[in-house]
Amino acid sequence: MMSSKRSEVPVYAAIYVVLLVLLALTVEAARHDLGELNLVITLSIAAAKAILIVLFFMHVRHSTSLVKLVIAAALLWLAILFALAFADYATRPWDLIIGGMGNNSA
Amino acid sequence: MIGETPTPTVSALAHQFDDLTQQNEADDLGMWLFLSTELMFFGGLFLAYTVYRRQDEATFAAASQELDLFWGTLNTAILLTSSLTVALATHAAESRQRQQLIGLLTATIGLGSLFVSIKFMEYHQKYVHGLMPLGGLPFHWDGPSPAHAALFFDLYFLMTGVHALHMLIGLVILLVLLVKAIRGGLLGDHAAPVRVTGLYWHFVDVVWVFLFPMLYLIGAR
Repeated sequence: MMSSKRSEVPVYAAIYVVLLVLLALTVEAARHDLGELNLVITLSIAAAKAILIVLFFMHVRHSTSLVKLVIAAALLWLAILFALAFADYATRPWDLIIGGMGNNSA
Repeated sequence: MIGETPTPTVSALAHQFDDLTQQNEADDLGMWLFLSTELMFFGGLFLAYTVYRRQDEATFAAASQELDLFWGTLNTAILLTSSLTVALATHAAESRQRQQLIGLLTATIGLGSLFVSIKFMEYHQKYVHGLMPLGGLPFHWDGPSPAHAALFFDLYFLMTGVHALHMLIGLVILLVLLVKAIRGGLLGDHAAPVRVTGLYWHFVDVVWVFLFPMLYLIGAR
């Protein structure tokens, strides 16, 4: 939380530069057609940026265990939301229900 | 904060807490609990986006091409910069640097306003090009599955609109903090509002970090 104040400024500056480099990378990657890999790359870079912001700008690396637990719980619930919804869409004939609007063969 | 004696003049410590460390931890925990609910809120939108994208990836990719990559990239850079300035503002407040705090809060407000202005300019462009399928507005799509393309733009306006609303709320809070800082507040032990607002601002930045690739970067350009 409020620790090692003097050393924080260069850390913030370094993280900021890394974030801008990652932004340039993700935009450059989108200029090339890499098929399925495009999505993997762009979401991986987004996740990397998010982790850097959370750990350093939101100073979670200095946070209490309780705050870390809250974040872990939030991510777990988010995973449940996605996992159960995907399980539903993967195992039910939604294409029939929505009248063949999509082109994926379930 | 260990070993520091509480200041007798206008104590930053509320009576229900033992010490400032406990109070600061409670402040941070409260904001993180709120941000967890925010994560669920935006998570639902991301889920809806993912489900509809998987139904017709080609149309979503084609619709994504209509968004202006230049403005999207610039806005991402602007928001990342505002995250830096708000992180530095927290540092300035905690280390009692009043002028720096005022300058950094002003910079954050300026960058946030610039982001929202560019966003609304993009909205106007989409409206002019007939790509704003909101409330029965005209929507023109020449490619296959115009209904699914409209769905992409519905999600685009919903997700970026809710995000922009969060930006506007953050800007109002930052303006209140700026007034307090100009009056000489928010320094040292009183810095918690800056730190907690910073957490909120960074979260809104993180949401955009995911919105940007999902809306602007799907499919090859």
